[in-house]
Amino acid sequence: MDFSIASILLVDGLTNGAIYALLGLATVLVFAVTRVIFIPQGEFVTYGALTLAILQTGQVPGTIWLLMLLAGLAALAEAWQTWKRYRLAGTALLAGLKVLVAPVVVSLVTLWAAPQQFSLLVQALLSVCIVTCFGPLVYRLAYQSLADASSLVLLIVSVGVHFALTGLGLLFFGAEGFRNPPFWNARFSLGAVNLSGQAVIIALASMALIVMLWLFFERTLYGKALRATAVNRLGARLMGISSQTAGQLTLAMAALIGALSGLLIGPTTTVFYDSGFLIGLKGFVAAVIGGLASYPGAAIGALAVGIIEAFGSFWASAFKEVIVFTLILPVLLWRSLKGGHSDEEH
Amino acid sequence: MTFTKSLLALALAGSAAGAALADINIGVSLPLTGPTSALGIPIKNAIALWPTSIGGEKLNVIILDDATDPTNATKNARRFVTDDKVDILMGSAATPPANAVAAVAAETGTMHMTFAPIDVSTGKAPWSYNTPQSTLVMSHAIAAHMKKTGIKTVGFLGYADAYGELFLRDMKVKMAGTDMKFVSEERFARTDTSVTGQALKVTAGNPDAILIVASGSGAAMPHKALIERGYKGKIYQTHGAASRDLMRVGGKDVEGAFVVAGPGVVAEQLPANHPSKQVAMAHVTAWEKIYGPNSRNPFAGHAYDASVILQKIIPIALKTAKPGTKEFRGALKAALENAGPIPLFHGTVNYTATNHAGYTDDTGVIMQIVNGDWKLQPK
Repeated sequence: MDFSIASILLVDGLTNGAIYALLGLATVLVFAVTRVIFIPQGEFVTYGALTLAILQTGQVPGTIWLLMLLAGLAALAEAWQTWKRYRLAGTALLAGLKVLVAPVVVSLVTLWAAPQQFSLLVQALLSVCIVTCFGPLVYRLAYQSLADASSLVLLIVSVGVHFALTGLGLLFFGAEGFRNPPFWNARFSLGAVNLSGQAVIIALASMALIVMLWLFFERTLYGKALRATAVNRLGARLMGISSQTAGQLTLAMAALIGALSGLLIGPTTTVFYDSGFLIGLKGFVAAVIGGLASYPGAAIGALAVGIIEAFGSFWASAFKEVIVFTLILPVLLWRSLKGGHSDEEH
Repeated sequence: MTFTKSLLALALAGSAAGAALADINIGVSLPLTGPTSALGIPIKNAIALWPTSIGGEKLNVIILDDATDPTNATKNARRFVTDDKVDILMGSAATPPANAVAAVAAETGTMHMTFAPIDVSTGKAPWSYNTPQSTLVMSHAIAAHMKKTGIKTVGFLGYADAYGELFLRDMKVKMAGTDMKFVSEERFARTDTSVTGQALKVTAGNPDAILIVASGSGAAMPHKALIERGYKGKIYQTHGAASRDLMRVGGKDVEGAFVVAGPGVVAEQLPANHPSKQVAMAHVTAWEKIYGPNSRNPFAGHAYDASVILQKIIPIALKTAKPGTKEFRGALKAALENAGPIPLFHGTVNYTATNHAGYTDDTGVIMQIVNGDWKLQPK
């Protein structure tokens, strides 16, 4: 190994690490607000990348049928719950319709836009909208009624949601993989390192997203409400913050981050219907390094995972995944020996 | 309870046998749903194109879904044997359920043709015959082409699974005794986000050629990574990658690659004296008339090949025994093992009592990707 190889591996590791960082942040966010260990995070990545790939071929992605189905079910559930509570048909209907609006609008726009072959950026935006709509619906249908259950129950539900979304992904996208066109075709040479435009975009977009998340949590009312829910659910509810709205908003953000990660990673690798799981799991390892509570910890952990993966694939490619996932053991040992609880932990 | 059940089964079996005595029954277990349904469905479509009778006897094909699950495959195979009194078992399209069918076939003494490769070496599955080519046969074609083009050092970049390991092992068998050798062995997984590390390692020694062992669109990512690293040598791909998904995902980067495949993939380009020319063209013409140009599919090819084999062996077996009997099943096995070379869509098979993998060493052809299409390379 010389300097040039090391620097190429470092760039590769940091590029993937930036994606893992986004997913790690989403995992921490979801866990902090809802106590759900969100395994299906990676499926949002796949759905984002593959929805764009299908739009690229000028076809209507199967994801919008699932979106409409989930929206219909969520609307029924919402209307029924409202009816049980107020016994007012009009109010119940309105509550159901409110759930339907965003998914149906996005689906109809997609149906109209898919055959028009718009530019890559428009299609990317559309894919992000479609996948983001999944977040609140998944929360409404899978988690909301179990919001007070134990973390273990929520974890089991997560596993179920993961398998359901992967299976549906196979149905919508088929068994073969897709590779999206890059958003920026430029290449830069810095000595031995050959930097692709896409890698630059990944780095910049990840940083921008992290800064925006920080601003959201520090400067906006909704962000502060989410933080309050994360610190103390009951206290937040007493202050008039709806834990249901908090949960749906959180999952919408997780889905948004997942879809963006999918768009970022789509041009650098071949994405299959089941690719998301391992990518999401590496984000989870990063989140664990951050103790499922610390955002900077998760981000640094993610970069470490990316770099270790890159060097692992160079030195011992057959054991690459073993190396990455074994990493979690010393981290857990260290964290449990250290023992202390951070301020914002439950 | 058990007694009533077995009485009932006996009565059912009796009635079924009565109805089916005149026909040749074939039971096919296929994954029509689940993870490998993409392989099972073309087989089902190809079976629809089979002749309706062979040797004057009506062909009765029963297809059941096993959803890629060995438990279902076992259940299907048992139903075929006990209820439908089949003469021949077929399936499945993935190795685990195919193994399950093979176990029932061995237990009941029923000939079994599988569309997924299973271990048929040294009497492990005495009634089962593989219709896909073994990695050993395909390794032979690759090693021969490498030798002809003067390659000495080879890099290996393959799946970290059974397919990758088997190919590496068989390539080493075929390269033993030549001056060719592997200078690096790197692994990756289909769902990896990056193979930069492996590509760096494998290109570091600048080998004459690099062999990528992967399947379908999964074969494109390592190929692109090698090109990105500026690798200028020859790149070989295996028959798992010999589908148009490689060009769809790989684009310009896979131009010039050498891909090993069965002859049917390039049926039109085969020389007229190639043993598979006629049989492969027959299938391609019939299939693509229905499913469109370039829709040919290796798994549909296996199902077609099975029907070619049946047309060869059923008339022989009919001379000595009646369908639906134990003697007929034995006669089918004997006919297949003594039939000699049979040219098929996927190559030439020559099954014997000890060789149930079938294909002969001259089965694989080498194609090059030129202008986004396959171009057959001379032997």
